[in-house]
Amino acid sequence: MPERRAADWLDDRLGLGAVRELIEHKTVPVHSATRWYYFGGITLFLFAIQVVTGVLLMFYYRPTVAEAFDSVRFIMTRVEFGWLIRSIHSWSANLLIFVAFIHMFSVLFTHAYRPPRELTWWSGIALLGLMMGFGFSGYLLPWNQISYFATKVGADVAASTPLIGAALARFLRGGDEVGGATLTRFFAFHVMVLPLLTAALMGLHLLLIQKSGMSTPPWIPPAGVRQMKFFPNFFLREAMVWYGALAVLGALAAIFPWELGEKADPFASAPRGIRPEWYFLAQFYTLKLIPSHIWIFEGELLGILAFGVLALWWTLLPVWGVNRAGEARTRLVAGLGVLMVAYLSVFTILGYLK
Amino acid sequence: MLSWLLGGGAFASFASFLYPVIRFLEPPRITEAPVNEVAAGKVQDLKPNSGKIVRFGAKPALLVRVSETEWKAFTAVCTHLNCTVQYLDSSRQIWCACHNGMYDLSGRVVSGPPPRPLEEYAVNVRGEEVVISRRA
Amino acid sequence: MRAPLALLLFAPALLLAQAAKDSCVECHSQLDGNLQRPATLIKDDVHTANGLSCADCHGGNRASDDMSDAMSPAKGFTGKPARAAIPRFCARCHSNPNIIGKFLPQQRVDQYELYQTSVHGKRLAMGDENVATCVDCHSVHDIRAVKSALSPVHPLRLPETCGRCHADTARMAKYGIPTTQLAQYRTSVHWNALEKRGDLSAPNCASCHGNHGAKPPQVASVAAVCAGCHVLFGQLYDKSFHQPIFSSVSGGGGCIVCHSNHGIQQPSTAMLAGSNSVCAQCHEADSGGGKAAAQMAQWIDGLDSALKRSESVLASADKYGMEVSESQVRLLDGRENLIKARLALHAFQPGEMRKPIDAGMAIAEETRRAGEAALREKDIRRLGLAVSVVFISITVAAIWLLIRRLEGTGG
Repeated sequence: MPERRAADWLDDRLGLGAVRELIEHKTVPVHSATRWYYFGGITLFLFAIQVVTGVLLMFYYRPTVAEAFDSVRFIMTRVEFGWLIRSIHSWSANLLIFVAFIHMFSVLFTHAYRPPRELTWWSGIALLGLMMGFGFSGYLLPWNQISYFATKVGADVAASTPLIGAALARFLRGGDEVGGATLTRFFAFHVMVLPLLTAALMGLHLLLIQKSGMSTPPWIPPAGVRQMKFFPNFFLREAMVWYGALAVLGALAAIFPWELGEKADPFASAPRGIRPEWYFLAQFYTLKLIPSHIWIFEGELLGILAFGVLALWWTLLPVWGVNRAGEARTRLVAGLGVLMVAYLSVFTILGYLK
Repeated sequence: MLSWLLGGGAFASFASFLYPVIRFLEPPRITEAPVNEVAAGKVQDLKPNSGKIVRFGAKPALLVRVSETEWKAFTAVCTHLNCTVQYLDSSRQIWCACHNGMYDLSGRVVSGPPPRPLEEYAVNVRGEEVVISRRA
Repeated sequence: MRAPLALLLFAPALLLAQAAKDSCVECHSQLDGNLQRPATLIKDDVHTANGLSCADCHGGNRASDDMSDAMSPAKGFTGKPARAAIPRFCARCHSNPNIIGKFLPQQRVDQYELYQTSVHGKRLAMGDENVATCVDCHSVHDIRAVKSALSPVHPLRLPETCGRCHADTARMAKYGIPTTQLAQYRTSVHWNALEKRGDLSAPNCASCHGNHGAKPPQVASVAAVCAGCHVLFGQLYDKSFHQPIFSSVSGGGGCIVCHSNHGIQQPSTAMLAGSNSVCAQCHEADSGGGKAAAQMAQWIDGLDSALKRSESVLASADKYGMEVSESQVRLLDGRENLIKARLALHAFQPGEMRKPIDAGMAIAEETRRAGEAALREKDIRRLGLAVSVVFISITVAAIWLLIRRLEGTGG
């Protein structure tokens, strides 16, 4: 058969034997929590969508103060299907972060962070950070009122980081104010720096997953688990899910197009109720609630320190979430996980309403 | 039967993804976002009774410093056959070298083949910077 | 060593001496009734804020606690001036540029001169003490700067101040002056601009009638008064054939003929045509004038509704998420043309209105088409979405069937 011959030809030169082995032998455990295995793939798929739509947008977008907004408007109004590409890019960005959170929590609740998968968890957390970096940098690029002021607020929050705050804010802004310099460097982060880092970490993450195989939750006896072949069975199911996600994205883009807003005017007063994107809202609202001074310390400073400590603790889940025997502390971790989900959901909603 | 369904469905859906992408990549009819304002240089760069060509969006524009304080700007695209016009300081008029078309400093056609006047742009001097913008 | 110490001891005494003594206020605040009132009010007075006191107007010696010395005619004490003498009393300073110049170099000093030309001033000179003098409008003892919101002559309070007499039927009866002006003014667009929109440049009584030299504008000059702000309207009207005709209208001519003087309402095409038409008061419906009015009203209404239609189509497209901001900006030009048309009306020649009406209609048409195109595009997108969802569903169903076939029945 011609496909066989082509495959053999490539294999002789590229040594794809290992890959073929993997595809043929990879299995996925089938149990009550199997549905959660899809979320990693959906995250990957949405990221791929971002890359494709992002590259397409780069054909028309101009990262300067004078032209950014007009170029996005040009894409939305004059370029054929520009509205579709741009709206998919914006919707997919938000869905990507949402799904990434679901993926992370599903890993937590199924305790897939336990040895030998610590590195997978750590590369995943780093990837989540990168995704939020993508969100923050990309949000400014249309240079509209909302994004300009949201970035100002964000940079101000960064500035209150202890010790390095001022330098960090200056580095992010490219100066003392959010302006053309900020736009250029956010663009550089968004299309080069973050993608390269993501490529590296994603490669590591996927490699580690193939190496250690799919994790089975600790409450399921490993011996009795039925295994499904990855190819073609799980792969076909995943294809259905990915296709479904594509339909959802298309529907969102056509029925709820992403808004353009008004061109940023640094001299206008900030629009009322300015706030960052939803994935930063929980922290933002928490910071708002903290009183300006707690004992002798500045409230915002303590808040940021607390977030830092929380992030570090969260990252170290594979260390404290596992007992000496290498078994997951399921009840502790699940309990804390529920608390974290509750905190994030409630505070995000509150941040929206206030 | 199933493979036809699968193959057909996959092909059709792929086509419905690929079609917008290909159309997206084709340059649109108007290739530039309509530009409304352009910084045309410093006040001291242009002497009184002289003109220079600057880029305005995708097309050239003519900036004329009529006197120390008076500035005028027009599209530099001749309305006859789209040659680029220039300022003639000897006669204080705008001239198109291609077929000898002449415009006055209000953009009106004085002589030659151009059928329509030149569109005038607004000029504002902000400090040291001269800015040309499309008239409201 | 001793001298500096001595200075230190005397310093408090020196300081106390600097706070100028005002025995007038000190004594009169101990009294009651009408004798106490000035001393209480004077704290808020703009003269006090400039270091002046009772004695600077009424004469006498503010430094003396002895009543006979403080209120001694030898020291210049004049007491309360007669009503007819009040304007002259204030003018001693307020007409003297050397005195006023010390406090407010830009302040006018011709108020008394103007007052003498006014109806109030002339009647006062003839012995009528019923008319307004300085203190009736500016108050006395608690005189505030005009820009203070509490001053009775602040733009927002001035109509009420004039109304104290001019809306008092009993008082105005012997002069034969109507007293409806204040009530009418309160219904006007000018008062609305002042009170609701806070536009302090909107006219009040003094803007048209003058303040110190108050008198009703002469019939011929009414249009000039209005044209002071409504410049272009005045220019068109002056060149129109209504101008010489209206100049001879009794009871007030010019703009007042159509727009009235005190109760000026927001103009609309109802003034041109319809049951309350102003034009119909002179022009028969089938006369040249009547037809012109009807034509202009029809054009304005037509343009207004065309613009409204475009606005609603664009708003609908906008609600669906279509990008129509460029058309919405273009529509503003259309609104500008409507305004120009309303202005051109005042030449009273339909031909003058053609240009802005046509331009406005063209813009309304263009933007409505753009809005409708956007709505059609929205439908096309949804159709495209439906098509691609159908293909995707077919593929997903096919994959599902394939999985079932590969695995028997289960999944």
